[in-house]
Amino acid sequence: MSTTPALHAGRRFSAGDRVRVLDLAKSGHVRTPWYIREKVGIVTEWTGKVLNPEDLAYGRCGGPAVNGYRVVFDQRHIWPDYQGPEHDKLHIEVYEHWLEKA
Amino acid sequence: MPHDHPHGHDHDHGHGHPEGFDPHAPAPDFGDERSRWFEVASDVMRDMLIEQNVIAAREVRKQIELMESKTIQLGGKLVARAWVDPAFREILLKDGKAAAASLGIPVTEASLTVVEDTPAVRNVIVCTLCSCYPRSLLGQPPAWYRNKAYRSRVVREPRKVLAEFGTVVPDDVEVHVHDSNADLRFIVLPMRPSGTEHMGEAELAAMVTRDSLIGVAPPRPA
Repeated sequence: MSTTPALHAGRRFSAGDRVRVLDLAKSGHVRTPWYIREKVGIVTEWTGKVLNPEDLAYGRCGGPAVNGYRVVFDQRHIWPDYQGPEHDKLHIEVYEHWLEKA
Repeated sequence: MPHDHPHGHDHDHGHGHPEGFDPHAPAPDFGDERSRWFEVASDVMRDMLIEQNVIAAREVRKQIELMESKTIQLGGKLVARAWVDPAFREILLKDGKAAAASLGIPVTEASLTVVEDTPAVRNVIVCTLCSCYPRSLLGQPPAWYRNKAYRSRVVREPRKVLAEFGTVVPDDVEVHVHDSNADLRFIVLPMRPSGTEHMGEAELAAMVTRDSLIGVAPPRPA
C-alpha cells in the first residue's frame, strides 16, 4: 500500500495499534460480523478508503468515504473454548467507525 | 416469523424509495426457505429493469456467460509464476491486482490480497457474511463455500474443517483464517510441493486447484 503523508492524513489507526471492535447498535447492511464485536485485536494494515457499504446499500452514494483496516485476532480470544493452539489467528477487515483504541 | 428478514427497522428511511414501495417491509413468509424470497425479489427486479429498458435480457445472459467462463486456470497461472519467479512473487504479495494485470489478467474486484502459506503458517479463506470471492479471477465459488456450515464453522473450528478436507495441520503450524467480510478479496499462495523441481511453469499451473487457492487443501503433484 502507498503510504504518502497525504494519504495518512485523517487516519485514526496505524499498523500495530491495539483496537477494540465496537458493538454499534446499527442494523441493516453492516459488514462487521457479531463474532468480533467487543473483541480486541491488532491493526495489520490500512486497506484504503471506500464508500461505506452501510450507506451504499440504501442508495446513499455521496459519501463520506471511510477508512478500512485489516485487524488480526487471537482465535482463543474470540472463542474462549477454541480448540487449537494459541498461535491460531483470524484476520478481518473493519471500517474505522467500528474501532476504538484499546 | 414476522421479523425474520434481513433489514433493520431503526435506520433512516428518508432515502428516496418510490412511493408505495417499502423494501424494508417484512419479507413474505415462504416457510423455511428464506432464500427463496431473495430469488423471487431478484427475478422481479430483473424483469422490471428489462421492462423499463434499463438493461436488456441479452446483457444479463452475457454477464452470466462471462462469469461462468472464468476458471481457476488464471489463479493457477499467478501461483505458478510466483513459484518460479521471486520478483513476481513479491509483487503478487504486495498488490495482487497489479501482479495479475502484469500477466494480462484483469481483476475487476476492488483489490486482490494474496496470503502466503509458509512452513509455519497455513491460510484459509471464508466469507462469513455471504459468499465474497475473487470471481473475476476464479469464477464462481464452490457450493460448499456458500454453505452456512462452512461459513460458520471454518472461523470457529478451522482445524476440524480442514481435517474434513483431508488437511491435517500440525499444532506447531499456525492456522490463519481470513474473513473476506468487506472490500478485500483473497487467494492463498500455497507452498510449492516438493518433488516438483523439474516441472515447468505450465505443468505447475495445472497442479493448482481451486481448493488450494481457497486454502482448504494444498496442491499435490499428480
